[in-house]
Amino acid sequence: MKVSLNWIKQYVNVSLSPKEVADRLTMAGSEVKGLQVIGESWESIVVGRITAVNPHPNADRLTLVTIDHGSGEETVICGAPNVAVGAKVAFAPVGARLIDPHTGEPAKLKRAKIRGVVSSGMACSEKELGISEEHEGILILPEEVEVGRPLADYLGDVILNMDVTPNRPDCLAIVGIAREVAALTGQSVHLPDAGYKETDTPVESKVSVEIMAPDLCPRYCASLITGVKPGESPRWMQERLISYGMRPISNIVDVTNFVMLEYGQPLHAFDYEEITGGKIIVRRAGEGEVIVSLDGEERTLSGDMLVIADQERAVAVAGVMGGANSEVSQFTTTILLEAASFNPRSIHYTGRTLGMPSEACMRFERGISPELAMPALKRATQLIAELGGGQVASGVVDVYPGKAEPEPVVVSTDGVKRVLGVGFSRKQIEETLISLGFECRPGTSESEVVAVAPYWRSDIRLPVDLVEEVARIIGYDEIPTTMLNEPIPPHNPEPVIMFKRRLSRHLVGYGFQEIVSHPWASQESLRKLLPQLALRAQSQIPESDLLRLVNPMTIDQTYLRPNLRGNVVAALAANRGNIEDGIRLYELGRVFRPRPNDLPEETEMLCGVLSGPRYASSWLGDAEPIDFFDAKGIVEGLLAQLGIAASFEAGTDESLHPTNQTTIISNDTRLGVIGQLHPAVQDAFEVPEPAFLFEVSLPALLPLTLAGKMFEPISRFPAVVRDMALVVDAATTHQKVVDIIDDFPLVEEVALFDVYSGEQVPSGKKSLAYRISYRSPDHTLTDDEVSKVQQSILNKLSGELGAVLRG
Amino acid sequence: MQEQLEQLAENARRELEAIDSATDMESWRVRYLGRKSDLTGILRGLAGLPMEERKAIGARANEIKSVLGEHFARKTEALKQEASRASLRVDDTLLARGDVTLPGRPVPTGRLHPLTQTLNEVCDIFVAMGFDMVEGPEAEWDYYNFEALNIPAEHPSRDDMSTFWVDSPASDRGWKPLLRTHTTSVSARIAEEMEPPIRTIQMGKVYRYEASDATHGTMFYQLDGLAVDRGITMADLKGTLYEFSRRYFGEDRRVRFRCDFFPFVEPGVEMAIECAVCHGKGCRFCRNEGWLEILGAGMTHPRVLERGSIDPDVYTSFAFGMGLERLPMLRYGIDDIRLFYNNDLRFLRQF
Ligand SMILES: [Zn+2]
Repeated sequence: MKVSLNWIKQYVNVSLSPKEVADRLTMAGSEVKGLQVIGESWESIVVGRITAVNPHPNADRLTLVTIDHGSGEETVICGAPNVAVGAKVAFAPVGARLIDPHTGEPAKLKRAKIRGVVSSGMACSEKELGISEEHEGILILPEEVEVGRPLADYLGDVILNMDVTPNRPDCLAIVGIAREVAALTGQSVHLPDAGYKETDTPVESKVSVEIMAPDLCPRYCASLITGVKPGESPRWMQERLISYGMRPISNIVDVTNFVMLEYGQPLHAFDYEEITGGKIIVRRAGEGEVIVSLDGEERTLSGDMLVIADQERAVAVAGVMGGANSEVSQFTTTILLEAASFNPRSIHYTGRTLGMPSEACMRFERGISPELAMPALKRATQLIAELGGGQVASGVVDVYPGKAEPEPVVVSTDGVKRVLGVGFSRKQIEETLISLGFECRPGTSESEVVAVAPYWRSDIRLPVDLVEEVARIIGYDEIPTTMLNEPIPPHNPEPVIMFKRRLSRHLVGYGFQEIVSHPWASQESLRKLLPQLALRAQSQIPESDLLRLVNPMTIDQTYLRPNLRGNVVAALAANRGNIEDGIRLYELGRVFRPRPNDLPEETEMLCGVLSGPRYASSWLGDAEPIDFFDAKGIVEGLLAQLGIAASFEAGTDESLHPTNQTTIISNDTRLGVIGQLHPAVQDAFEVPEPAFLFEVSLPALLPLTLAGKMFEPISRFPAVVRDMALVVDAATTHQKVVDIIDDFPLVEEVALFDVYSGEQVPSGKKSLAYRISYRSPDHTLTDDEVSKVQQSILNKLSGELGAVLRG
Repeated sequence: MQEQLEQLAENARRELEAIDSATDMESWRVRYLGRKSDLTGILRGLAGLPMEERKAIGARANEIKSVLGEHFARKTEALKQEASRASLRVDDTLLARGDVTLPGRPVPTGRLHPLTQTLNEVCDIFVAMGFDMVEGPEAEWDYYNFEALNIPAEHPSRDDMSTFWVDSPASDRGWKPLLRTHTTSVSARIAEEMEPPIRTIQMGKVYRYEASDATHGTMFYQLDGLAVDRGITMADLKGTLYEFSRRYFGEDRRVRFRCDFFPFVEPGVEMAIECAVCHGKGCRFCRNEGWLEILGAGMTHPRVLERGSIDPDVYTSFAFGMGLERLPMLRYGIDDIRLFYNNDLRFLRQF
């Protein structure tokens, strides 16, 4: 919100510098985001008076304007149409700093020669002065300004760019800010006198109000002004509106806006002649009821919206926007002026549903006290009568079904100390609250203060609210800085958090870069992972196992991702063009599935991908490309570091190469997969060379790492190492062989050191050569003992797998 | 026999002198000093000789064995020294050919995402102050994201947190699923599920339904803190946050606490740190404010505690919350938040 410091000064005496005012407001909760000093660069610009206007000898559209600037006269060349002898203008001598209207940048005014005539200065437009975008004509100052005085004395101002928090609707008003400034600087606020003359006609004889929905409208006040003359509002009022960023429209509308900015109460002026029977009815809209709003749009309303109506039709959407049918026009003579209070939630809902955020809406939805309606109505009535030249019917209509006595709130000195950690005396508390407009009286005990909030502070409800008032006005700097000295509560860890760190530590050690991606998925992104579907462009991925977003912003955000691999492979593809060496990426993140009768199921997953050369190429040579066994080795290394014993079997993952993939299993639980990206998937993602992927589920892994570990003593006895070369069917897997060997007693380690198929073995067979270490914890093994085990292993392998020793 | 013995000793000495490798040394040792050596053979053959002779030859043989042993030890030492001298000489077989400035053999280097690095660093600071780490659901009931935090429906505070709604059925209590807009939703769950004393930090991804630009993302990280106990005060909140700032930003950065509004705290606080560029005077980096906002905090609102069945007359509590991206953005001068989620290795490999 833009707040003019000059305007604030109308209500409170400000002796501090603008910067200090801004700092104090900021510290106390109403943040000043920036200060805009109007006239900061106007040092040499003064008020001048046009003493002569002559045509330019060589240019039809230019004039030579002579200006008296208090210490002499200068003649300047001017192209503006609104120059006239006697007009007061802003005179900028050569050397003045102005805004170049073409570039918008500050520039120094130079002596110029235009078509043979020298111009010694300038009569400025608002744009050149940096006040507004107006550049049609030069700025004409009011008659009462004094020639020769600095322009800044009349038009200089400081605009505070304020960020008002949602709990302080009172600060969406100049008076509200003035009250804050007053409390923070020990001053008091002077409100304008809103007195006006009334005619003999009582307002009740012309206007009646009926509230049919008191839950949505606790108060409705109205006044009637007859014989108004619509026209322009005076310059001072226009300046106020402009300082806030509002466009002046007409004296009537400008008054309602001015008072809204001044007091914070939105008002609405109806053309009284358009209100049938002069009767205002505040009611819920009919379902599907249509109203054309002031902006000319046709709005369809619903039954939970509130309208202002006459006996025949709606004339405004309450608190949100007026209706075109009752709009004040240049022919309007009688004004019915509304100041009402509406339910904030209802206004918020209506404004949002109709897509009509407005200044009025913004104030109502934050909660404005019904008490504000009357003073604001009187102030606006006064201004309309004054500026629009009308007569005010006597009295005001005031229907107030929601009147409530203010609830006192009790706070004690102990209560303040309990929250802030520092004590303030009852006197300090009282004085602070009184400076903010609270009424205070003593409570039941010496330490208590009973405070009644002023009507504009609708945010004050609980004792802590008073504590905040005390703290923010006295200043948060007065609160000491202490460390928590209560005992640390019992530790209650979530194992998955440290587990993720542990996984990351290992993967980073293996040369992986962690990535973080958005959790979105779409038909298109998911289809890329399914080679069968990619071939059939029409078919949709069934949604039964997918979670849709209600309000995606783009089609990419249709679903929450059911897997990580899509994002990880996409990141690989995106980086491939920029990175020469091998790429190893991983992501730890959640995937989402629908779950009946509950929140979606969120599963923490790990997905890694690697592709390209195993190492960066260097002068020492080029590295081999990464292959399936790199990926598998990494997963095996990871599992070994986690202490998880896993086995592997052929996999059936659709996104992976049909043969180059394996499922990771431990204790009959599927932990995840490792495999080469299916060539069709690789194509779909435009990954240039084969890529290898692993994906594991953390909920499956984590329990396997939590089992207690016990130390195994290092055997004092030597190992006996024997080799065993076997010939087995080509289809027999290493996993099957090694599972059998591992099961035998005394077998400490089994290492596969050779795999062979070819001429040396019969066709349809392959040779697997193992190095087996035998060791006993309690004695030195003899050759005989080892040979016996070796023979039993061979017997079992031959019985179960048809293995024979390779001759 | 005597002669045979002397000849053996002479041969052994000569052969030893000629040796220049460790392997040859070992076979020499086996041959002349081992259990099956010729010398042992001679000693075994003494059995048939007369006592006098046996004694004399035996003594001589033992003498020779001991002398040969000494020679062997000396030679072994000499060879070792020679080998170590040789290894210090420039080795023409080394690939570098003397140029040790050539680059080393590349290894793949992995890194944590800069936000994970930040998250770990920040978490560790609070863990050291006794806070436990907690994560919660990213897809959350609107109740925990809003109502439980004193943000009723149609409250303007909701407008600042535009929401992605999840298309799945409402709960039997009428709660609707959404993507959490802040990790404070987890604080609401903790207040409900845990008994005081409580000291936790809640961190993770949060989502906002708004167009992303250089300073706003549809997804970002947050970290919230919650402390509930008898006797916790705003002074403790200031101390805790000041300590965080001191540890993360350094000793010399001034910290500012000002009043701010968040529906779930009262009084509310905003913490800012002094701009490192201008030291509070105002410059372009801090948009002329001199201060950089870091986090929002406050004393947990009594109604939020009540909703979690914590008696606000017995317990007091503070809460704080911060966006994480801002921390590395300030530290490294990163000017676009979207860089964190583009997964461009040219960015990620800088950290
Ligand atoms: Zn700065």
